[in-house]
Amino acid sequence: MSAANGSAGAEPRRWRRFTPAERAMRAAFYLAVLIAIAWSLRSIEIIPEFLYDAPQQTVDLFVRMWPIDWAWYPKVVHAALVETLHTATLGTVLAIAMASPIALMVARNITHSVLLNAIGRFVLVATRSVNAMIWALFFVAVFGPGALAGTMAIAVHSIGFTGKFLSEAIEEAMPGPIEALTATGASPLAVLLKGYWPQVKPAFLSIALFRWDINVRESAVLGLVGGGGLGMALETALANLYWDQAGLVLLVIFAVVMVTEIATAWIRSRII
Amino acid sequence: MDASALPNPAPTAVDRSLLIRNLCKEYRAGRPVLKGVSLAVAGRGVTAIIGPSGTGKSTLVRCINRLVDPTAGEILFRGQDLARLTGRNLRAARRRIGMIFQEYNLVERLSVIENVLCGRLGYVAAWRAWLRKFPDEDIERAFQLLDAVGLGELATQRADRLSGGQRQRVGIARALMQEPDLVLADEPTSSLDPKTSVEIMELIARRAGERDIPVIVNMHNVELARRFADRIVGMRKGEIVFDGSPQALTQAHLLRIYGGEGWLE
Amino acid sequence: MIASPARRAAFPPNWRARIALIALALYVVYACGVLDVTWARFVAGFAHGAHFIARMIPPSVAQDKLELLYGGMIESLQIAIIATVVGVLISLPLGLAAARNLSPLPVAWTARTAIALFRAFHPVIVAILFVKAVGFGALAGMLALIVASLGFLSKLVAEAVEDMSMNQVEAVRATGAPFLSLVIMGVLPQVMSRFIGFSAYQLDSNLRNSALVGLVGGGGIGATMFTAFQRFEYDFVLTIALSVIAVVMAGEIVSGWMRRLFQ
Repeated sequence: MSAANGSAGAEPRRWRRFTPAERAMRAAFYLAVLIAIAWSLRSIEIIPEFLYDAPQQTVDLFVRMWPIDWAWYPKVVHAALVETLHTATLGTVLAIAMASPIALMVARNITHSVLLNAIGRFVLVATRSVNAMIWALFFVAVFGPGALAGTMAIAVHSIGFTGKFLSEAIEEAMPGPIEALTATGASPLAVLLKGYWPQVKPAFLSIALFRWDINVRESAVLGLVGGGGLGMALETALANLYWDQAGLVLLVIFAVVMVTEIATAWIRSRII
Repeated sequence: MDASALPNPAPTAVDRSLLIRNLCKEYRAGRPVLKGVSLAVAGRGVTAIIGPSGTGKSTLVRCINRLVDPTAGEILFRGQDLARLTGRNLRAARRRIGMIFQEYNLVERLSVIENVLCGRLGYVAAWRAWLRKFPDEDIERAFQLLDAVGLGELATQRADRLSGGQRQRVGIARALMQEPDLVLADEPTSSLDPKTSVEIMELIARRAGERDIPVIVNMHNVELARRFADRIVGMRKGEIVFDGSPQALTQAHLLRIYGGEGWLE
Repeated sequence: MIASPARRAAFPPNWRARIALIALALYVVYACGVLDVTWARFVAGFAHGAHFIARMIPPSVAQDKLELLYGGMIESLQIAIIATVVGVLISLPLGLAAARNLSPLPVAWTARTAIALFRAFHPVIVAILFVKAVGFGALAGMLALIVASLGFLSKLVAEAVEDMSMNQVEAVRATGAPFLSLVIMGVLPQVMSRFIGFSAYQLDSNLRNSALVGLVGGGGIGATMFTAFQRFEYDFVLTIALSVIAVVMAGEIVSGWMRRLFQ
């Protein structure tokens, strides 16, 4: 920020919020964004007929979904729901198990080798850049369609986030207790368990809950590409254009997401 | 820091007296905090309101600029009943009343000068606030006010880097920036050490006095009140139990206001 | 010598934690059973997977494939850009409206309900619905990601506003400032820093999700990837995956600039 002081009575003093350099960079950024928007919009095809049709299509959608085919629930959807929940939970547990060593590898206060840090970081970025659904495509090709592929997809995708947040929590640990423990001659494992773990534990649980919540959402759609669970039920319904069945699955997904949110909020308030 | 170049000295012809009639406030039904308070405040000088905690002094002051809405009563100022105003009229009235807060209430992430310029928000268009393009006269006056409160060198500092006393000076500059007809101060020195408290009270009294702006201060330090106020109002349990000059405030009055024994020794 | 009193355990076993861990282990075993996750399948899968990865490497750089890749990635990028910009622009007022300490309660509750609805469904599901409404193509994908962005960003804005110091806002209100000026000088300075962080994260999220919406007809590289899988063109799949990772990493760099510029 800049201010030029003048003597009282002479020309008025001026104040500008940003320096000329800052202003130039901000202007450049806004310009870049505008260009990006203009470029993006021009190339996107918007077919006017489809747009005008949209309200009617939406109404049509809801008409076809009603009445909901409740009978389908006990037949197919309930089992799918259970499968989805297990996929999400097991996937989260596996993810944490796999992410913890990588988090230790990435945390700069535990691993001092820059090379190991970089490798760990790349693994984390790579696993989270690829969506769970795309991992599901891969694992379906490897393991065949079903919940195993879905669980592995959730697990591998979650490594990225869980590892990143865990490593940040580890890096934020206060060095004091660590120093004290090391000074007593404790083994590295003891230092980890008694020095780092108590400090990281609240963040760990919070991350686990947070990720579980998101994974329930993700698991519900993996079936669209063969990953089992509610997604597969949805895929079946959509393939047959049975919108009333699709409506049921959507409703169940909505309900389970709501319940999961409430459950996580409750657990959070009790334990963290 | 002295009273040289006075920006826009206020014309003395304006009547800045305040009349409060039967002001009542209940936060919870059946438990009034203000019980029919009536008070006539002169259009100049410093009026200090003293009394124990919870006695309604802060509520009284905040009812004037409607940060608290009174349950009943009238607040007559410059030909309007402040208690009845809403919307645009209320905002117009508020911009003529400056306020200084106990916790300074500066916008921490903004710079000192941006905080002072907040005093002009009642007068300028929103786009000016967004782009920070305030009129040149406003900026010059902001600098002058900062000089007047002794912070001329700190205009571009972020508010959260300042000490308590410095922040309150910014608060004073912000209030004066509004060119108010009245300044309210809600325990302006309660968060400050004794020396800074005196400096701040002196600054308020002097700068407002120069501009002929009446000040209503609510405080719990009786000595400060005696030293800087032209008039003292004592409250107890939501009612006024003393109203007079500092010289007229005796031990007996203080006992009546604060109750209890032995604390005066 | 003084007889020492009965020793108390320095570190009493934490039974709650131990029980929780045992329960967790039991659950894992149970879930594996339900999901038919057996060691045999795992091993078979790994063998298959190794074979797989061999077919993926080296990534395909055939001319026609690269053209497909380019077209799809560009479209995904465009979807992500528009979704982020529109999302950022609308989420600020929507989030402010949803803040119970700033907006009148009916407005706040309406906004909160809308935000909850936006967040309820995965972007892919929203994309399916938009494909039905506006047809196949990038528009459906864009709209789906806008909805997802709004759901995420607005909620965080509302939370940030509800966390802010009302004292600062009260002081600005006392100057007689109109509502818009109040927001600009009293509210935004308190939440802007966090908002920029959230926006950076949303850009990252949209870049990732823009590769997905194509799976259900929403335009972008997703459809290309799905086709590649179905045609067993695994080397092309690897090319696409690497491109997506590269774009996401580039997005992180841009976010970093944005943060340094505005925070």
